[in-house]
Amino acid sequence: MTRAPARTWTQLKPARRAAIPEGLWLRCPQCAKMIYRRRMEANLHVCPECEHHFRIGAVERVQQLADSGTFVRMFDDLKPGDPLKFTDLKSYRKRIVSEQAKTGQLDAIQAGELFIKGRQAMVSCLDLRFMMGSMGSVVGETITRSIEHATARDLPLIIVSCSGGARMQESGLSLMQMAKTSAALARHDNAGGLFISVLTDPTTGGVTASFAMLGDVIIAEPKALIGFAGPRVIQQTIRQELPEGFQRSEFLMNAGLVDRVVSRHDLRSEIARFIDYAGK
Amino acid sequence: MTSFYRLEFEKPLEVLDQQIAEAQSLTAADLLTRDDAKPTPSLTSLRKKHKALLKKIYGKLTPWETVRVARHPGRPQTRDYIEAFCRDFCELHGDRAFGDDPAIVTGFGRIGSIKCLIIGHHKGRDTQEKIACHFGCAHPEGYRKALAKMKLAEKFQVPIVTLVDTPGAYPGLGAEQRGQAEAIAINMMEMSRLKTPILSIVIGEGGSGGALGIAVADRVAMMEYSWYSVISPEGCAAILWKQANEQTNELAAQALNMTSQDNLKLGIIDEIIREPLGGAHRDPAGASDLLEAWIVKTLRELKAFPIDDLINNRYERFRKLGSYETVPLIVEVPSQESPSPKASS
Ligand SMILES: [Zn+2]
Repeated sequence: MTRAPARTWTQLKPARRAAIPEGLWLRCPQCAKMIYRRRMEANLHVCPECEHHFRIGAVERVQQLADSGTFVRMFDDLKPGDPLKFTDLKSYRKRIVSEQAKTGQLDAIQAGELFIKGRQAMVSCLDLRFMMGSMGSVVGETITRSIEHATARDLPLIIVSCSGGARMQESGLSLMQMAKTSAALARHDNAGGLFISVLTDPTTGGVTASFAMLGDVIIAEPKALIGFAGPRVIQQTIRQELPEGFQRSEFLMNAGLVDRVVSRHDLRSEIARFIDYAGK
Repeated sequence: MTSFYRLEFEKPLEVLDQQIAEAQSLTAADLLTRDDAKPTPSLTSLRKKHKALLKKIYGKLTPWETVRVARHPGRPQTRDYIEAFCRDFCELHGDRAFGDDPAIVTGFGRIGSIKCLIIGHHKGRDTQEKIACHFGCAHPEGYRKALAKMKLAEKFQVPIVTLVDTPGAYPGLGAEQRGQAEAIAINMMEMSRLKTPILSIVIGEGGSGGALGIAVADRVAMMEYSWYSVISPEGCAAILWKQANEQTNELAAQALNMTSQDNLKLGIIDEIIREPLGGAHRDPAGASDLLEAWIVKTLRELKAFPIDDLINNRYERFRKLGSYETVPLIVEVPSQESPSPKASS
């Protein structure tokens, strides 16, 4: 008779698992270690053991980026309509209401002016928790207004992306947000404005294929999934296994599509550095 | 047309088609020597009936049926239109960096008497060509080829005409590695500020970013039975209805508002170009005449604008697209998160 090996978290009986206060500890999906939530959060939502970057919402993102107390939110009075009266298994209208209740946000974005290490900038952050950070009219309009504001005020522009892509429930109107944001960036570029695009896990579809890939500088958090098509769609199309690390930040940097892979701990200083090098 | 591909909802036409074929094969001599009492319906009356039935069927196509028409194997493609109305077409190949993607055709040509640069997705007409073109799904080098040639057109103030016909940009290893998303994004950004008139027409399928990558234009039109949307009905059904089948595809196509009428209502396109009765696949020559007439008319119209106005209008055209509501601003006690901004280091 051999002794049973030490049990892992998933093998623990539900009764034992329940004894550990929920939410106080969590399992890191990368190194599988149990980590103390507070410690992880204090570490910018990065695993203290293995540097795994946990996904964060727009509120946390803005807090992490801004010099304390400098963020002034803008364009926060926009909420999604339901132009197509879209209904699948659930109506878009109901989906919006439940997402708003869940997140306390009107849509998947926060934008405003802030200071990063004393440098003034315009920032927009997408929020995955609201319908997978998908881009509908509100996200597209907020991004566009942010770009136009940065152009008008001569501010460096920072957009932190994380998104499942364009929002299907607004169909063609979502698609048009890609053209709209890209056109606004052309004007920002014409005016000599700086745009720093920050790609985080995951950035896919219509967001990648518009403003996210149009940065003067494109930086990505480590191991973020970044692509046009999702890995599943690609697998179904080519019917073969995808190589290890495919569509991750490091893969994109090797492919020549991303300037730098930057740890969350260095994001503020790297952005400040680019503003010094390239800003007006 | 013995090998004519028949769509399911076109089935009711089958009997009439046969009768017409029979009537056509009868010679005058046959008619004189025939001694049966059964009167043969005249060719004219058969054709009249056929036309009425066609009108009835095509008058009430569902969105999903429209998608089927847009994908009809006999539907004219970019190269068909170029051959039909483009004089002295001079194809230009390659992106000068990686390769020449046959899924996007580019070249100079004259439409009417107007010199232009023509760009279009091409799906391929026979099996070999279809495979080479990845069924109209372009790779990054296709979008980059399009941009390189558009910049050439800009340099010499040649107007650009793009024909959109793609299920979507190609999802594959090489496409991702070479920056599919970047290629599409750059095209949209550059097209928005290109200093020459641009027309785009969705001639068949307008599949998402892959379509928009060559469709940022001063005027955008759709052929009557084409579709234009953020995702295909099957893709949408698979995600939102958890499975794609005839029934969910129909529902998704309906929900996505993807027909030419829907897109016109949403302001995404400026005009619908009529197709011959029963769709472009029934009368490719008729369809190309209608398309050519629209292109010539619209290019003449755009010539009247000073280039700066054109680019401003192009910006505003896309700038206003979207649908959102504004919540009344509530006067709030400022939270600790948002005091007045001041520099700190
Ligand atoms: Zn870890």
